[in-house]
Amino acid sequence: MDTNLFTIALLLPLVGFLINCFFGKSLGKTMVGILSTSTVGIAFALIVTQFLAVINDASPTKDVWFDWIQILNYSIDFGFYYDQLSILWLLFVTGIGTLIHLYSTSYMHEDKDFHKFFAYLNLFVFFMMVLVTGSNLLMMFIGWEGVGLCSYLLIGFWYQNQDYNDAAKKAFIMNRIGDLGFLIGIFSLLHIFGTIDFTDIRSLLEYENLGTSIGILSIATLGLFIGATGKSAQLPLFTWLPDAMAGPTPVSALIHAATMVTAGIFLITRMNFIFDLTPNVQYLIAVVGAITSIVAASIALVQNDIKKVLAFSTVSQLGLMFMALGLGAYEVAVFHVITHAFFKACLFLGSGSVIHAIGGEQDMRHMGGLKNTMKTTYITFLISSLAISGIPPLSGFFSKDEILLTAFHHNPVLWIIGSVASILTAFYMFRLVFLTFFNNFRGTKEQEDHLHESPASMTLPLVILALLATIGGLISIPGSSWLNKYLAPVIVNNAQSQTHTLGTTEYILMGIAVIGALIGIGVAFVKYIKNKHVPVNDNNIPGLQKLLVEKYYIDDIYQFLIVQPINFLGSFFKRNIETLIGGLISGMGLLAGEVSYQAKKSQNGNIGLYLFVFVIGVCAIMYYLFIAN
Amino acid sequence: MEHVLQIIGIDHYIYLSLLLFCIGVFGILYRRNAIVMFMSIEIMLNAANLLLVAFSNYHEDANGQVFVFFTMAVAAAEVAIGLAILVAIYRNIGTIDIDNLKNLKG
Repeated sequence: MDTNLFTIALLLPLVGFLINCFFGKSLGKTMVGILSTSTVGIAFALIVTQFLAVINDASPTKDVWFDWIQILNYSIDFGFYYDQLSILWLLFVTGIGTLIHLYSTSYMHEDKDFHKFFAYLNLFVFFMMVLVTGSNLLMMFIGWEGVGLCSYLLIGFWYQNQDYNDAAKKAFIMNRIGDLGFLIGIFSLLHIFGTIDFTDIRSLLEYENLGTSIGILSIATLGLFIGATGKSAQLPLFTWLPDAMAGPTPVSALIHAATMVTAGIFLITRMNFIFDLTPNVQYLIAVVGAITSIVAASIALVQNDIKKVLAFSTVSQLGLMFMALGLGAYEVAVFHVITHAFFKACLFLGSGSVIHAIGGEQDMRHMGGLKNTMKTTYITFLISSLAISGIPPLSGFFSKDEILLTAFHHNPVLWIIGSVASILTAFYMFRLVFLTFFNNFRGTKEQEDHLHESPASMTLPLVILALLATIGGLISIPGSSWLNKYLAPVIVNNAQSQTHTLGTTEYILMGIAVIGALIGIGVAFVKYIKNKHVPVNDNNIPGLQKLLVEKYYIDDIYQFLIVQPINFLGSFFKRNIETLIGGLISGMGLLAGEVSYQAKKSQNGNIGLYLFVFVIGVCAIMYYLFIAN
Repeated sequence: MEHVLQIIGIDHYIYLSLLLFCIGVFGILYRRNAIVMFMSIEIMLNAANLLLVAFSNYHEDANGQVFVFFTMAVAAAEVAIGLAILVAIYRNIGTIDIDNLKNLKG
């Protein structure tokens, strides 16, 4: 492997960011678009060449730039680590990143802050690359915080709207809570091992008997997991992701579906060797993942905003990935990350295409019948919906089925929860498809006249992603999985993923999953095509549905339990404590002022008095020096 | 040759310079005319010079007397500047009574 090429690939998006940042306005929109897309595209091409190299010759390379921090016995490198896992991640970050940059050149063309948008996107790609290639946890943390920052900037991109700003702040603060866990994890690991370098920890674990420090190790893995729940939108920190849909749609596709939210999964997969040592935390991860998947899927059933449905669907799919991680099936989670990146990016970009066509309308109740006017968008959207629903032979079928199979072998309850979540997924995805693309158009007359298929630079990424969503499953066919072999050096304990003998049970389970998905689609078909049901206004919903519409009141609970007490505390401190401290400080100021005002009067300009005081002073000094002692 | 300190003892020089110094101090405190105050300062300076010479002789060390020459040179310069200032003040306000000099207020 050639580390220089990686360095170039890594720095290209940063260069793109800097150029856009400083000269973007004068370059003009066309140049900015070409520049940003090509920096990420070239980075992708470079990584592809290295990827081909790593398939043939699988030796990970560590590229240390310099010694970053040296305190006592600890030393932290500023370095990058290129192995199978990081290259795989780089590949789809830059690959999907390129497609989304291309898409954005059309989607954002009317926006006056065009160059700013592309600067942020490039910066995001750069930080994501740092995140996945960092050679130790602190390097990863740089990228981790960087993508959090870019996420904030992009969610609040249309900053004139206060709601969007609030959504951006919410995402940032929620992530901060997770980051605290991440930091605790880093410190604990530093305490146990004296290093936070991935390769060092891994080799230390081979020789050392941890013994008593296994308790601290549990704290460390729990901390890392909390960090992962923040970034990857799991319970209880998932509420930021649906709100993050305030950002432009390409951002939702890039950050909140394909790349940034997978950082938590990357983290746990990267540190798989320590998670394997703490089964309690693994169990917790599996349970949290399962609950998140079912909770988010049920909320998605009743959402009417096209992007919100997709957002909750993302949360739900991430929950399934975490379930796989918790069961120790890291390759399976990675597999689902990849397929999910394909079809979810396609779905988001498709929804962006729809929103673009209707002139900014995101409410599905005002859509419908778009399949005639937007053929490419419709077909790609349909393929991706089938993929996410788990219909064979599309990619989602393979990856989701792997997760459910793993769950079945370990814990049937988790399998049931995952299966139900999958059925719900099929239902709400086709609810979305039917409401958007079928029946008659329900918007205004002007919107209907305005309907059009998006330009080629938007449909091309859709077609490519739909193609990938179709064939993406081939990288890990049950029985002879290329992905499992590829990732074998990264994952220490890969016994979980090798237990695939396709027996009768497995085929029955596959059948159940497919039938479940078909039932979900069927129910959606009956409800929304046959009966032409259109969701009613949010205020008139009875009973259980109301609970779902209100997202289990989780936001309200947080508001009540956390936000309000903090606000109360804040106003208490402002009213009472600040008055006290402020009074004390300004009292001192007033005192000094008064004293000096009085003392000023003695300086009356009378030289005789000055001399008198001077002589008395000299006499006093004389007395003190010669007589008093 | 009889040593000068054997004719008049060292303590008399001390008393004399002390007296001169006190005269200077009281002159400064009680008189209001800037020139007289200036003369009082010179008296104090010369009291110090006298003491310096006396002790120099007492210790049979010529350094003290060399210092006195320096002091006198500096005093001459100081007088030149001081008188120039007084002339400037007189030209400005028409008097050198320090009770009228109250512009140096803080």
